[in-house]
Amino acid sequence: MTDMPYQSHPARRLDATMERPGARRAVIAAALLFLGIFLFLPLVSVFFEALRQGVGHYVSSVLEPDALAAIRLTLTVAAIAVPLNMLFGIAASWAIAKFEFRGKSFLITLIDLPFSVSPVIAGLIYVLLFGAQGFLGPWLSAHGIEIVFALPGIVLATIFVTFPFVARELIPLMQEQGTDEEEAAISLGASGWQAFRRITLPNIRWGLLYGVLLCNARAMGEFGAVAVVSGKIRGITNTMPLHVEILYNEYNFAAAFAVASLLALLALLTLALKSFLEWRHGEHIAGAVRH
Amino acid sequence: MAHGLTIPNPLRLSRPSIIPGYGLTMGLTITYLSLIVLFPLVGLVVKSTSLGWVEFWRLALDDRTLAAVRLSVSAAFGAALINLVFGVLLAWVFTRYSFPGRKLLDAMVDLPFALPTAVAGIALTAIYAPTGWLGGLAAMVGWKIAYTPLGIVIALTFIGLPFVVRTVQPIIEDLERDVEEASATLGASRLQTLRRVILPTLAPAALTGFSLALARGIGEYGSVIFIAGNLPYESEIAPLLVVIRLEEFNYAAATAVGAVMLAISFAMLLAINLVQAWSRRRYAND
Repeated sequence: MTDMPYQSHPARRLDATMERPGARRAVIAAALLFLGIFLFLPLVSVFFEALRQGVGHYVSSVLEPDALAAIRLTLTVAAIAVPLNMLFGIAASWAIAKFEFRGKSFLITLIDLPFSVSPVIAGLIYVLLFGAQGFLGPWLSAHGIEIVFALPGIVLATIFVTFPFVARELIPLMQEQGTDEEEAAISLGASGWQAFRRITLPNIRWGLLYGVLLCNARAMGEFGAVAVVSGKIRGITNTMPLHVEILYNEYNFAAAFAVASLLALLALLTLALKSFLEWRHGEHIAGAVRH
Repeated sequence: MAHGLTIPNPLRLSRPSIIPGYGLTMGLTITYLSLIVLFPLVGLVVKSTSLGWVEFWRLALDDRTLAAVRLSVSAAFGAALINLVFGVLLAWVFTRYSFPGRKLLDAMVDLPFALPTAVAGIALTAIYAPTGWLGGLAAMVGWKIAYTPLGIVIALTFIGLPFVVRTVQPIIEDLERDVEEASATLGASRLQTLRRVILPTLAPAALTGFSLALARGIGEYGSVIFIAGNLPYESEIAPLLVVIRLEEFNYAAATAVGAVMLAISFAMLLAINLVQAWSRRRYAND
């Protein structure tokens, strides 16, 4: 034990590629200060403000009928938008990863497009299509179909902003896995569907879960796109993020932060699951989704 | 695909495959992509052209629109610069140093991607308002952060925080220590090695992260509107102006501002693709 200090040669050898301890400590301190101010303070303040007027007020803010209606709507929207984008993501990655065709990278760029567009524009385009003054507005109102300021519009805007998540995760993963296993299965007489279910799906399941997780977090938390198409009718077309805004603008801060804290918990849960998947199944995840 | 068709089809298989399902999955992909993304976006373009050339430019070059677009772009630029510096720093700290809680902090960097923007917006406002924790400190020295353009930069810094970290981190992980050792052996100080050897290697990835953060910041809405103050010509961002025009039922003006923002998005997308192509070439050569 006494000769421990003399065994530190490998570490000493690396000194040339290390900063001096003082500099290292200063850089770490700067990093911690930045993260403290920009990440932890906002997160802590959500829960601090939510509980400022006591647990009783917190619970009643969350269980109030308009808040419950907002929670229900958010869950409904995610329950429609996420599976649709999941099916699309699987179909798109099958077509793109398992086959060779011209225009592939252009198609991938188009799939990524919603990430580059402001959420407000995502809402605007549906208002221009389906709103009262929109292209299809007169026809829709003549047939009594409501899209904008109703559930379909909220779902459409949510689908738009979460469009690339699953596809973006699955395409590089399936490209990396190649086509050998599926080709072998099909030569041995499996149908395309059997090859997908028995071979592809097990291979991509963790990546799929990862994509769905991120897609769901964004779907439940989307604000800008949904704000434009929802009309913000209390208890009817208010999602949770919109309900937060309304309470906040009414100076009902504790209630706004109470509902916001539920969304913050969802974000923390998403991060925890995401880290778990990266740690446990990292080799089955492309991790290309960085939005 | 039909036999004997001579029309050039960019999506036609360039190599035959025994795997079935191409027609079905490609058909689904194109249909869904067109219905959800392409047709609605084309609708915005068609609507702007229907305004007529003169009317469109009158609305797009309106003083208030220009002020809002300038603010969105410059605040996003400022925030992306802050993130460029701290992103590289954080990526370095997470990959090269070990200290308690490092893994947890590394995972937490993705919080801005996971936290709904409205939640981030009200939380940042609570902190930077004159009555808040940091806003109160700033007020003591006579500074105002929330309800000014500075507040917008703060919100966009939060939103763009993960981009540079996540683009630079894998590059630092792959750095060859030999090069640093060689540099040190040849007599370079550590600072010279960092500046002359390491930073140039990280530059393409950092620039990619910077442009991603910039693009995100220009279009950002939810986290900004609470902290911004939203005074026309002063602290009103472009996406908010779109919302205001829609609430006034001024669809023409909303369309014009929207088209300008869409054009900026496409320009940014092109820039990002160019930066990424350059970046990939650089790292492929190394």
